[in-house]
Amino acid sequence: MNELTIKGRVAVVGIGETTYFKRGQSPDPEFKLVLKAILAACDDAGISPRAIDGFASYSNDRNMPARLANALGLPELRFSNMQWGSGGGGAAAAIGNAAAAVTAGYARCVVAYRGLAQGQFGRFGSGARSNHVSGPQAFSVPYGVMSPAQIYAMRTTRLFHDHNVSPDTLKAVALAAYHHAQANPRAVMHGRPLDAETYDSSRWITEPFRLFDCCLENDGAAAVIVMAADEARDVASTPVYPLSVQQGGPHRSGATVDNQPDYATSSFKTMVPHLYGQAGVGPSDIDVVQSYENFTGAVVMSLIEHGLATYDNVNEVLAYDNLIAPNGSLPLNTSGGNLAECYMHGLGLQIEAIRQIRGTSSNQVPGASVALANAGPMVEVASTALYGTEEALG
Amino acid sequence: MTEQSTTPTTGGTYLAPGLAAPRPARDGLDQPYWDGTRRNELWVQRCKACDTYQWGPEWMCHACQSFDISWVEVDPAGIIYSWQRPHHPVHPALNDQGPYIVVLVELPEAGNIRMIGNLLGDPLQTVEIGARVEAVFEDHAAEPPYTLVQWKVW
Repeated sequence: MNELTIKGRVAVVGIGETTYFKRGQSPDPEFKLVLKAILAACDDAGISPRAIDGFASYSNDRNMPARLANALGLPELRFSNMQWGSGGGGAAAAIGNAAAAVTAGYARCVVAYRGLAQGQFGRFGSGARSNHVSGPQAFSVPYGVMSPAQIYAMRTTRLFHDHNVSPDTLKAVALAAYHHAQANPRAVMHGRPLDAETYDSSRWITEPFRLFDCCLENDGAAAVIVMAADEARDVASTPVYPLSVQQGGPHRSGATVDNQPDYATSSFKTMVPHLYGQAGVGPSDIDVVQSYENFTGAVVMSLIEHGLATYDNVNEVLAYDNLIAPNGSLPLNTSGGNLAECYMHGLGLQIEAIRQIRGTSSNQVPGASVALANAGPMVEVASTALYGTEEALG
Repeated sequence: MTEQSTTPTTGGTYLAPGLAAPRPARDGLDQPYWDGTRRNELWVQRCKACDTYQWGPEWMCHACQSFDISWVEVDPAGIIYSWQRPHHPVHPALNDQGPYIVVLVELPEAGNIRMIGNLLGDPLQTVEIGARVEAVFEDHAAEPPYTLVQWKVW
């Protein structure tokens, strides 16, 4: 293993989440939510919060490391990192950046985190309220293209057109998420099952997306603590190893006004060879998948681009029974994901992958040793990660 | 194809008034486009060095890294590359709008660059990817006034 990678050098020692709330219903302000999630992750790891010496986040998180380090009374702050890029595309990347910092010796104990209080701040699902718009948005907002669903819907329309993908694949993704949420007491949609008839009769948000094809809007916070592998074995009963984390986008993924040359893509095609190459595993080694659902259509693209289905067989592979833990061939979004657990900008999906490797998911896949968790499909800069057991290090 | 409507077929604007009005970028990057729409012309970027069309506008040609980019008028016609029909209003101005159609239009005569607009006509019409469309310049009497580029099946 001469190639420089994080594999075997770092491990996740702690995960923490606040209660997840419907949008606007958190009794706590956003910064306090983040502190609570970090303390929960420290408690999970069995370490003092004062051991933390670095922070990594994404999506212009408002809760800055200097304030967090001050609030926590940290002896020193050594790493303060923000992943550039849009939306939840940085959820895996933040953990990857934490892992890189630990591997490079910039810090010893880095927490990747995200906090959201959409009551305290603005909603994701609403259009901006400004009177004027300039730059790339001036070519879309005046035509009523403002919300994330509207910004990304046309990629799914084109996916259907180019590859004869069935809209039933979107329904299967939504139903699987809600099914898994019923066993997950953390899930905002716990106790609120979804059946096919309800899905079929749900209102359009923007065709081809129905209500249940779109992620939730939530308040809460989540945190993941990364340490060097040799130190992790001293503190964590079950260290979980990020085998490979990749971030980025394909050729001109940042082209404006929907001019990306490859349009109906989740943006993972260029990342995936690096992902599997550095991890030393392939799609057939993956036991369980957490695939970021900003919108269900993106999950279809993501699974294909990660080699877990093909354009030709995706209508058969993305069938409900296949997606259900523990016995499905492709257990998907086993916490309920962004659709039914919580939209913590995808960090919840990373945590669920870690939980599967620990063996502690509420929808556990028996013996899961390699888990995939991707983040922010279709956005300009997305990210994707593989997690494994110690045995998976090879 | 040379004949264009200069006013929307509805007599008003396609979407209810009240959405954010476009303004040229302060750095001047897209000024020729917005000036062109006021004359009911469609202007886009084309690299002087390698002839590549480019949209949205940028200061450099993505194909050859030349800064020497010109603006050219192109045929305001294209084909529907993709589409969506928003139903859920995400802005108060759209609360009584009902469904509307957004199209992504590819311009075959301009290097297959793409533009976003609304498809005029029945908002519940069947939309066909590959259908030929022509531009309709939709004037808005704001201060300052501006013109949007809409599309109708041709």
